[in-house]
Amino acid sequence: MSDSGEKSYDVIIVGAGPAGLGAAIESGKAGARTLLLDENQKPGGQLFKQIHKFFGSKEHFAGMRGFLIGEKLLEEAVKHNVEFRLGARVWGLYPDGCVTATDEENSLNFKGKKIILATGASENALSFPGCTLPGVITAGAAQTFVNVQHVLPGKDFVVVGSGNVGLIVTYQLLQAGANVIKIIEAAPKISGYGVHAAKIRRAGIQILTGHTIISASGRDQVERVIIAKVDENFNPIEGTQQTILCDTVALAVGLSPRIELAGAGGCEMTYSKTLGGVLPVHDDNMETSFEHILIAGDLSGIEEASTALDEGRLAGCRAAYRLGLMTLEDYTSKKVMILNRLAELRCGPFGNKRMLAKEEIWKKAV
Amino acid sequence: MEESCLNKEKIVCRCEEITEEEIMAAIRGGADTLDAVKKSTRSCMGFCQGRTCKRLIASMLSSYFKRPIEDFLPGSLRLPITPIRLSILADTAISSDFGNEDAHA
Repeated sequence: MSDSGEKSYDVIIVGAGPAGLGAAIESGKAGARTLLLDENQKPGGQLFKQIHKFFGSKEHFAGMRGFLIGEKLLEEAVKHNVEFRLGARVWGLYPDGCVTATDEENSLNFKGKKIILATGASENALSFPGCTLPGVITAGAAQTFVNVQHVLPGKDFVVVGSGNVGLIVTYQLLQAGANVIKIIEAAPKISGYGVHAAKIRRAGIQILTGHTIISASGRDQVERVIIAKVDENFNPIEGTQQTILCDTVALAVGLSPRIELAGAGGCEMTYSKTLGGVLPVHDDNMETSFEHILIAGDLSGIEEASTALDEGRLAGCRAAYRLGLMTLEDYTSKKVMILNRLAELRCGPFGNKRMLAKEEIWKKAV
Repeated sequence: MEESCLNKEKIVCRCEEITEEEIMAAIRGGADTLDAVKKSTRSCMGFCQGRTCKRLIASMLSSYFKRPIEDFLPGSLRLPITPIRLSILADTAISSDFGNEDAHA
């Protein structure tokens, strides 16, 4: 079945997470005919999995729980006449602004004057003997089970990785009644925020730094893991192995920008270790090497929901300005305001590194 | 215990069940890019299209050739970016004027 006869829009946004919603709100508000596509049946991206309260300022909905922020943004997008197409898996992006998708039954073709990619991130994997055994999952999967499906995927967990994802998911597993035996971290120190780590420690969970997972084993599923101390090159040290009995291993070993669509669409790529790996070159207007393709959120560097939302807003405003729906004065003042807010989020020992990495990327766009 | 024998293999590409040993053999045999490893082992060619193993293979290439990992990433990125049914692809192709600017003229 073909649902062809492509439909035209001023702005097509791929991905309805915080970045995509932010972009849709601004573009819709400016009067652009806006389409928001997402492969999931529900918009909001990872926001709807977040039950903890967010940081930041009033504009970033500080103090509000993630899923409620999602609902608020959704409401606002609907108010500004954004058209949603959910359950639409985008598989192609062409230089003339054509976007091809499928709802699994039909072929869906759209054409946009401006395309904003907000495709987010995918979770990194680890390879070790037993890594394909049932019971080895990613932290994101664990979070979906617990917070969205309300199902505990296991009883006794070992979490690998002490970044914010590992710490937050550990806490949420505890809240859901799971037993988290340990968090192990290969780096010499905890990589997430102190405030999240403190919560875990208060709950009595040990965060074992300088350790890695060696293997998982069991008859039909994970029954135990072996961990070991690592040297400064992250190689396991002989004789330091210890066995932990558990049924689930949750991997929280970082995120990578989901660049496939941008890459296949021809956007120039660059690399930033701080921002999660390969990502499209972009300037501080969120424009890529193609003027009509903009990006926002984790695709433009792994950060947080609040930064994603603001980058999305910036991309939405930029698209509207380029389409002649916003004056240069209006755009400039909005841009300054958003960049200031982003700079606030990109400060402190963690944020400052990201700020510098972002500036490096912007320089490449010139 | 017999179960531990089952678990000796280190699978890098989960979709196509390609082990670290097989990938190392390909690298030693002359595969010096992600695409070369992919073509000689079928890694990255399964359902997830390399989202899981690409980074792991790039890091193996990086340590073998002692070059930074970014030299090996991202490998080729091509359409369709996600597995789709052939009928969907065909539908897109026959939808008369799609992607053809002249047809609008």
